[in-house]
Amino acid sequence: MTAKTYNYKRVYVWSLVVRFFHWTTAFSTTILIITGFIIADPPAISQNVEATNSYWFGYVRAIHFITAFILVAAVIFRFYWSFVGNRFASWKNFIPFTKKGISNIWHVLKIDILLMPDKEHKLSNISIGHNYLAAFSYLIMTLLFVLQFSTGFALMSPTSDFWFTDMFSWVLPLFGGDIPVRYIHHISTWMFIIFVVVHVYLVLYHDYVEGRGEVSSMISGYKFVRSERFNKSKIKNREVLSDE
Amino acid sequence: MRKTVKKEDTYYENIIKKGYSRRDFMKFATVMTAFMGYESSVVSQVVKALETKKRIPVIWEHFQECTGCTESFIRSDHPLVSDLILDTISLDYTDTLMAASGHNAEAAKQESMKENYGKYILIVEGAIPTKNEGYCTIAGRSAIEVLKESAAGAAAILAFGSCSSWGGVQAAHPNPTGSVPVDEIIKNKPIIRVPGCPPISEVMTGVVVHYATFGRLPDLDSMGRPKQFYGKRVHDSCYRRPNFDAGLFAETYDSEEAKKGYCLYKAGCRGPVTYNACGSMEWNNGVSFPIKSGYPCIGCSENNFWDNGPFTERLTNVPGMGIEATADKIGKIVLGATAVGVAGHAILTNLAKKKELKAAHKMAIKNKKRIKE
Repeated sequence: MTAKTYNYKRVYVWSLVVRFFHWTTAFSTTILIITGFIIADPPAISQNVEATNSYWFGYVRAIHFITAFILVAAVIFRFYWSFVGNRFASWKNFIPFTKKGISNIWHVLKIDILLMPDKEHKLSNISIGHNYLAAFSYLIMTLLFVLQFSTGFALMSPTSDFWFTDMFSWVLPLFGGDIPVRYIHHISTWMFIIFVVVHVYLVLYHDYVEGRGEVSSMISGYKFVRSERFNKSKIKNREVLSDE
Repeated sequence: MRKTVKKEDTYYENIIKKGYSRRDFMKFATVMTAFMGYESSVVSQVVKALETKKRIPVIWEHFQECTGCTESFIRSDHPLVSDLILDTISLDYTDTLMAASGHNAEAAKQESMKENYGKYILIVEGAIPTKNEGYCTIAGRSAIEVLKESAAGAAAILAFGSCSSWGGVQAAHPNPTGSVPVDEIIKNKPIIRVPGCPPISEVMTGVVVHYATFGRLPDLDSMGRPKQFYGKRVHDSCYRRPNFDAGLFAETYDSEEAKKGYCLYKAGCRGPVTYNACGSMEWNNGVSFPIKSGYPCIGCSENNFWDNGPFTERLTNVPGMGIEATADKIGKIVLGATAVGVAGHAILTNLAKKKELKAAHKMAIKNKKRIKE
């Protein structure tokens, strides 16, 4: 491989809505995991006080519930946005069962996970928005969100009068009562933790190896794309991104 | 035992005949209304119904059980409650409590079932074995056969206790007799689950009186339990709940905190996942219930409660992963493995992509030099 300088251009990939969704999800998931573990196994921090004067555990639960509602609102809005947002936010990115999607997944597996040398170095192999494997992992996370919402709100439904939580009351008999539902809720929390570790690592990996501003893209919205990738547009002085 | 009772009599007539006063009857109606969860204005409706409506016959079948439900039932809170149902009014057949035995008892049952076809309530205590019909035979007939016969003419079936509701201890892993709850055998009848090991006796009386008063079965929740009694978790009516919200927990049984009555959540209490009326109705004339006596709820009215891990631990074991494999232990191991994998990948990246990274670095250094100051 010959050393060569490439021209990179700034491309606006993640719209404000997508970035806002990302950080809402990141923060609320973090809060939910922390409060969730406190609820599962509370530390015995207060002793020798009257119950009348203390409510800290009640507040932890309240934070958990409120954050859950924020997160579900964010996920519902993101679902809507996948139909009206730009092409990097579209639902089509998350379903890789096309020829292009599957070949992209193979490429990502070979180059990024198995670390094989990239011999041909085709431009089209490098995704501008999500690569298909990453997007597919977000689809699985979305399904996990649905599982987590439905088990969580189902556990909340007997003591709630809100129609939204009551919508999930059928989940309790489906799994055979509160005990298994609570258990599923607990186990899938661990899957979120594992996801966060892998997700953050791979973002750092891509930033390090490719140098296209992967980390900052979720803050600024811009990624850097090689200039070969652009079509010369008929409109003067403007360049349009080619459709691979 | 029912020779003194003419089947045309109303509940009220039977009570008066038995020697109770009108005042006792009014007390009973008021207690039942309260148990059923209605406001005091409904008392007159209950009184009117018991005065005018014909008694509803009850047939009680026993299968794979320990008779604990019957024991609980005869220790009913209000003496009139058990008296009314047991001696005077409704119970036409129950092999544990009835005076008759053998052929006479069977004949009484057959007679009652024939006379009241489509009208009687069938109470089932105990699970039904399916692997071998010989596991539970009564008067030489298998449990399935007896159940199917009694259920055929029943207006409704009351699955009394955790065994007939969910399967109970004999359906716990590995379920050697292939025990199943009533609803897996009988599909075409309304089945009311009254789970508990044992359940609170007033619940059953409450269901019978509800049926007599309103002519229909009480509202059931999504798991087939009467909402009046199983609408809330034990946790929601527990007198120790303020300690839970305040974060005051007892870690061990004989600790200072346990003596102070702190919440038993960390001792594995199943109150937060168990639907029952223990916290509000309590047991043995309202004397106590497990949590009040200092022991955590074991969730005896929940489905499959025997197999849901150690009673005294919050987190149940992961099935099929060994005795000590809780979700948190497995989670920590997987997290550790992921961290090792990620670190390994990071190291391998630097080795495998050495050329690319070096070339990029070289180019970048070159570019730096080219910058005009």
